[in-house]
Amino acid sequence: MDEIASLLEPQIPGLRRYAWALLRDCEAADDLVQDTLERAISRWNQRREGDLRAWLFAIQRNLFINGIRQRKARGTRVGEEALNDVPAPGMSPESHAGLHDVLKGLDALPEEQRSILLLIGVEDLSYEQAAQVLDIPLGTVMSRLSRARAHLREFMESGRSAVLRRVK
Amino acid sequence: MTGERPIGEDDLQSFVDGRLPPARLEAVKAYLVDHPATAQQVEREIEQREALRARLNFKAQEPIPSRLRIANLMAARHRSALFRPAAFAAALAWLVIGGTLGAWGGIWWASRAWIQAEAVSVADNAIAAHRIYVSERLHPVEVSADQEAHLVQWLSRRVGKPLMAPNLNAQGYRLIGGRLLPDSGEAAAQFMYENADGSRLTLYARSGGNETQTSFRFEEHDGVSAFSWIDRGLSYVVSSKTDRARLLSIAEAIYKQLDATGDPAKGRL
Repeated sequence: MDEIASLLEPQIPGLRRYAWALLRDCEAADDLVQDTLERAISRWNQRREGDLRAWLFAIQRNLFINGIRQRKARGTRVGEEALNDVPAPGMSPESHAGLHDVLKGLDALPEEQRSILLLIGVEDLSYEQAAQVLDIPLGTVMSRLSRARAHLREFMESGRSAVLRRVK
Repeated sequence: MTGERPIGEDDLQSFVDGRLPPARLEAVKAYLVDHPATAQQVEREIEQREALRARLNFKAQEPIPSRLRIANLMAARHRSALFRPAAFAAALAWLVIGGTLGAWGGIWWASRAWIQAEAVSVADNAIAAHRIYVSERLHPVEVSADQEAHLVQWLSRRVGKPLMAPNLNAQGYRLIGGRLLPDSGEAAAQFMYENADGSRLTLYARSGGNETQTSFRFEEHDGVSAFSWIDRGLSYVVSSKTDRARLLSIAEAIYKQLDATGDPAKGRL
């Protein structure tokens, strides 16, 4: 048990950050992390020899995607977390540093592109680990990453120029 | 550099991530010098990668909640399926609350007194804010009512609970806008209304502790009347230079509209 804890707990901060970035709601994100850890504990013995970090992020992402499917089946419910996605141009201090906008840009991307940006760019997973989490070949990781970054860049640039037009 | 593999998108992405081996790094740098447009895009992508990291970093710095401790999760696993942790905790909480209310009613009354004290301070702050901003001719509001949807979303986000700006047309007041205010270290929202005579009214809201609901409280300072109440964890104060009876009818209208919007907490994920 101590062994499991000493291997799993160092991964929790990253799992919480990835979950929050996907869900943007503290409670829901920690629910997702809890489900991930419970599943990891219950399947500990079935864990294939391989990368623990990639295995955990794969469990979490699959739970997230299944959760979305279930929610879609039950109909969309908008909760308080939706409030966090509301753009506040020029109002929040973060927006001056362009920090708020980058989350807006992230939200504009499809899930597979959001996940790849988060796993590689924020969680520092290697390209091989990301391929394992997303269950795609390494070559696809590189082209998807390239597409995701291009989309984010285009979104940020068009957003910026739209603001400039409005000011004129 | 003859005979070297041409630069590909995988090289550029590895460059953005700072993961190129030294020899390849030199080749990519040389390529970017010759291709300034690509170099500019790569620079943007590095900036955005850093911005995303900086924006999300706080979450990984937070202490781990105890419900995510592996020891606690493993202990919960050994409990019977009948005692699912959440259900068990909720049941236990109700037992504790029941016991506390039954045996220690006095504590409840003491906490009522504390809640009353908190309501008074919110009302004081609301009246002070009312006094300062209703007399403002140039900038009575930060965001005007022509951006009402944005205003309400923005203030909701800052106050941390879903708000709404009630429609007071039936009472003769129209929304002119609102602003964000500090209140004891928390964010508070002020919506301002005006009637045909130019007389103004404000509705003030901030997160109001654990109390779910209280009755209306009335107070009056130097001609400004205010009714305050707590509903679903939000403290509300409606203030105006008008008499008690007229303000009460407005407060009731506001309360009814807020009530009709339903319980937003149930919409949570």
